[in-house]
Parts: sequence; structure tokens; C-alpha cells
Amino acid sequence: MRPRAAWHVGTLVESTAETPTARRLVFDVPTWPGNEAGSHLDVRLTAPDGYQASRSYSIASSGPGTRVVLAVDEVPGGEVSPFLVHELRAGDQVELHGPLGAFFVWRPGEDDRPVQLVAGGSGVVPLYAMAAAHEGAGDATPFRLLYSVRRPGNAFFAAELADLAALAGDRLAIDWVYTRRAPDGWPGVPGRLTRDRLAELAIPAAEHPRVFVCGPTPFVEAVAGWLQELGHAFHDIRTERFGGSS
Amino acid sequence: MNRLDGNAAAGALADLFHEDLTTATGRCAGCGATAALAEAACYASAMGDVLRCPFCDRVLAVVVAAEGRVRLSLPGLTGVALDD
Repeated sequence: MRPRAAWHVGTLVESTAETPTARRLVFDVPTWPGNEAGSHLDVRLTAPDGYQASRSYSIASSGPGTRVVLAVDEVPGGEVSPFLVHELRAGDQVELHGPLGAFFVWRPGEDDRPVQLVAGGSGVVPLYAMAAAHEGAGDATPFRLLYSVRRPGNAFFAAELADLAALAGDRLAIDWVYTRRAPDGWPGVPGRLTRDRLAELAIPAAEHPRVFVCGPTPFVEAVAGWLQELGHAFHDIRTERFGGSS
Repeated sequence: MNRLDGNAAAGALADLFHEDLTTATGRCAGCGATAALAEAACYASAMGDVLRCPFCDRVLAVVVAAEGRVRLSLPGLTGVALDD
């Protein structure tokens, strides 16, 4: 049975630096029904004058627990993310609406086609949840993650991804693209993802992978367009855009 | 206006229908294509969300939340299919 979306009150348990502009937020949500890997929720803030603003955030955790993990990147001038990143303290409460987004989820055992994940920046959050669920279930489906970040320090869940890759062996491959600066000793030149690089790093269309793409809108639309040019079918490519610029 | 996709409208629509509709499919009255809510283009603003066909850009649906009410209009859909 799929967890049903409802309004919940979450209490912040922990806030830690994820990248120079983002924080990892762990909420305790006693009424949370659990969530599938890849789903999202809306965070709603209410000002003292009653003004409300809400934004969608992908959930980094999955499964039946009542701890909900988000990783929120600050959008300068935004209505919600600067508050979550700079002001929210342990013990503070927010309204959470979810889990949402059954379209953009991965379920163990549902489909044995290989899975290609493509992330830009904080777009890795739901894809990390999928990779962690894949490992947690010991699922045999081949996974490959292509992760584009500006610099090594901008990667979300970097240590966890390295651990997953080590645990999963040949069931999970991670390919990095650094757009501004690569780690020392990196055998390549930093630069944006291109169609040729995508063709080189992604599971080929001939293997009929399911593809999940998440990131800023321009990134997602470029990648989804290239994937179709490379022979992937529109309905095999599941996308989630979070706006902003690449 | 922020260009997103139908995933961003899931919360407002779940308030109305008490269901996650991201996998619900709709047929565009303009070009006849079928897509899931999550595949639609969504233009989000403080006023609400405008959902457009991912193939022909026709306005499929408008969701506006104001003064404690959520208003939904479906000017560009000829059919909607929901999961059981």
C-alpha cells in the first residue's frame, strides 16, 4: 500500500552543513507514513501575519521510518530556502505535506531493466535515495549514476555515495562531471556535460534503461533532449525540475 | 515565473483530491498526446500553477490557491485517467 499524502508537523532534530550553500536537515515526524525512494514533500512556512509560502523538496531518506532527511540548497532571495538554511534550529517545527510524487520513485523488484540516474547539483537528493534503497534491498538491477557538480566540495552526499559504490560493487557505477574545477589528479578538463559526454557515460538506449533525471530546469531539459536524440524513448525518461539556473 | 514540471503541483492537487496525482495521465485537447501530470510543464508563481502540454505547450490546467480555497480549471484536457 502506497503511503498517502497528508499534512504533518516535523520537528528539526539536526541541521548540518552539506555544501558551502546547503544544509542537511533531519526531521522527526511522528505521523509520517514512510515514503518511497525518490518522492518529495512540500514545506510550508507561515509568517506571523499569516502569509504562507511553500516549496517542494526531495526526500533523501526512504522506507517506513519517521525520520525524514532533506538537503536544502539556498536559493538567494528565495522565500523558503534561506529560512531553512540559516534560521531553522533544532526543536523548531515546520509543516510538511507528503509524501508526494509516486511518478518519480524507484521500487525494489518492480522492473529488472537497468537504471540510469542523472543529477545536477542538489538534484542528486532523490537519486541518492534511490541508490540507497537499491543497496538496502540488495537489488540486483544495475544502477549507474552520472553526477554533475561545479566543484568537488559542492557534491551532496559525497561520502555516502562513495560508501554505496564500494558496497554495491558492480551493481552501482558513479561517473562524475565537474563543471568548474575537478579534484587534483582528475584525468580530464572541467566543463559542462555535453551530449557526447552523456553518450559516453550513460547506459546506452539499446539496453533500454529506465532513466531518472533531476536538477535545475535547464540541466534537466538539456539532458532529456539529448537522451531522446540518443534513442531513449520519452516515456522511459522520468524527470524532476527544481527551477533556477544551471 | 519559474518553469518546473507537474511534480511541483502535486501538493496543491493533493490538497484538493487527497491523492498524489503525479502518475495520473491526461490527454491534451490541442495535440491529442497523453502524458502523466509529472511530465507536464508547470509554470509556478505566488498566484498558483499553470500546467502546459509537454508536446504542444497548450494550457492544460490552472491551479490557484487563495483566501483559503483552491481553484482548479481544466481548459485543455479531454480526458484524465487516475490509478485505482
